[in-house]
Amino acid sequence: MNFRESLESGKFLVTAEVGPGKGTDVEHLLKDADIIKDRVDAVNVTDLQSSVMRLGSMAFSHLLTDMGIDPIFQMTGRDRNRLALQSDLLSAWVLGIRNVLALTGDHPTMGDHPHAKPVFDLDSVSLLEMIGKLNSGYDMAGNELKGAPDFLAGAVVNPGADTEAALELQIIKMKKKIAAGAKFFQTQAVYDIDLFEKFIRRVEGLKVPIIGGVILLKSAGMARFMNKNVAGVFVPMPLIKEMTDTKDKVKKSIEIAASIVKRLKDLCQGVHIMALGWEKMIPAVLDQADI
Amino acid sequence: MLIAERKPMEEILEMIEDFERILVLGCKGCVTVCCAGGPREVKTLSTLIRMDRKQKGRKVITLEDSTELQCEPESIKPVLEKMANQYDVVLSMACGAGVQAVAKLFPDQLVLPSLNTNFTGIAEEHGVWTEACLACGDCILGRTAGICPVTRCAKSLLNGPCGGASEGKCEVSKDQPCAWQEIYHALKRLNMLHYLKQKPQVKDWPVHPGRVVREDLREVEAT
Repeated sequence: MNFRESLESGKFLVTAEVGPGKGTDVEHLLKDADIIKDRVDAVNVTDLQSSVMRLGSMAFSHLLTDMGIDPIFQMTGRDRNRLALQSDLLSAWVLGIRNVLALTGDHPTMGDHPHAKPVFDLDSVSLLEMIGKLNSGYDMAGNELKGAPDFLAGAVVNPGADTEAALELQIIKMKKKIAAGAKFFQTQAVYDIDLFEKFIRRVEGLKVPIIGGVILLKSAGMARFMNKNVAGVFVPMPLIKEMTDTKDKVKKSIEIAASIVKRLKDLCQGVHIMALGWEKMIPAVLDQADI
Repeated sequence: MLIAERKPMEEILEMIEDFERILVLGCKGCVTVCCAGGPREVKTLSTLIRMDRKQKGRKVITLEDSTELQCEPESIKPVLEKMANQYDVVLSMACGAGVQAVAKLFPDQLVLPSLNTNFTGIAEEHGVWTEACLACGDCILGRTAGICPVTRCAKSLLNGPCGGASEGKCEVSKDQPCAWQEIYHALKRLNMLHYLKQKPQVKDWPVHPGRVVREDLREVEAT
């Protein structure tokens, strides 16, 4: 079953994520992907995550299709104008890529080339509209395509937006993304399940599958770092304490992730596990969560 | 107005190194208001140049004047012609448009910039200015409660914020509020939150350099 079929079947979805590195070495990433291959419905490939220059998402997504993994090609508006974005989507299609996640993208100042010219010609919403246009056989300028793609497009939402304005704006934008063709949502990492449940109650009427984000905690320091530096991620104090007190960080990390996954099973339509290099722990997380 | 700042003194001194007779030319427009290149700053810069040359034991003559608006040819002409042949170089204290207007009007005269032009902005408090308008040529402030997302959102997003804001501040800088959250609060105050639900926009970016032609004005001039 490919990702679209899994999504349409209504089963509880599991997606994971790989982030290509800086350089041409892909061996370890392919190994990681191979470990999780039979446990996930799709694997996201990030697009110059955190605005750090890396190997591209399209090339690595293509390598995943060669392994029989259905990739979700992440595409941001940060580095390409509408010409390049459309062209890359057509290229991705002919390389066997069928799913796209449309994102605005971090600002270049967040990464390792902070003075690069930011593009943002299209944002996540207009990117989704453009994908719909390509799917219908036309480019953004209304010119007819000779051979059209048929992408499954998704988007992201941040349920942990930390102010009233930020949350209301997230929900308004989420509705715009749905109107623009988003067929599924993946979320920022969830640690505070009660807060996530409140968010789900607000948006469940929208009837679009939501795949809740789970980041494997590697240490207490990482949790504190995310609380300080990653918008929308908040690791509650008790979890940080559990990580501090444990003698076996890996075991504890798997335990925490599995308990989050278990609770998300009742709240949303899937989990998106971001293991950040700990891909080999994903099967254990899923086992413990009875998936 | 245009906001500008004086270049570092070392850079200015290096630019004028080969010249002895220097016309320091201020502008009484925007750069006077933002205290970067008005008559007062002309006086200060001229003094600094003379002090430097004195220290180095080198001759210099500084002439000081200011145009009403250095971006307007009518304003430049009388000032420069009044002092014709008395200077080797014009050290402009106007914005980039002013420097170019002088260069265009007097193509045989070398003009040097002493300011860096930053942006079109507004004063937040004394000595603090923020960028407010990118002069994109298609104003949408009527839909965003007078807060420009094209300029004030670091990504110029038109359809709502990214997810990068933290405690109401932009991911780019903790000193910068998220423009979309400001728009949200302003529209809420005005009871116009429904404006946020408008159909998605794609910006058609203008081609540079821009050019405005007003046929009505040209016709009047011709008659």
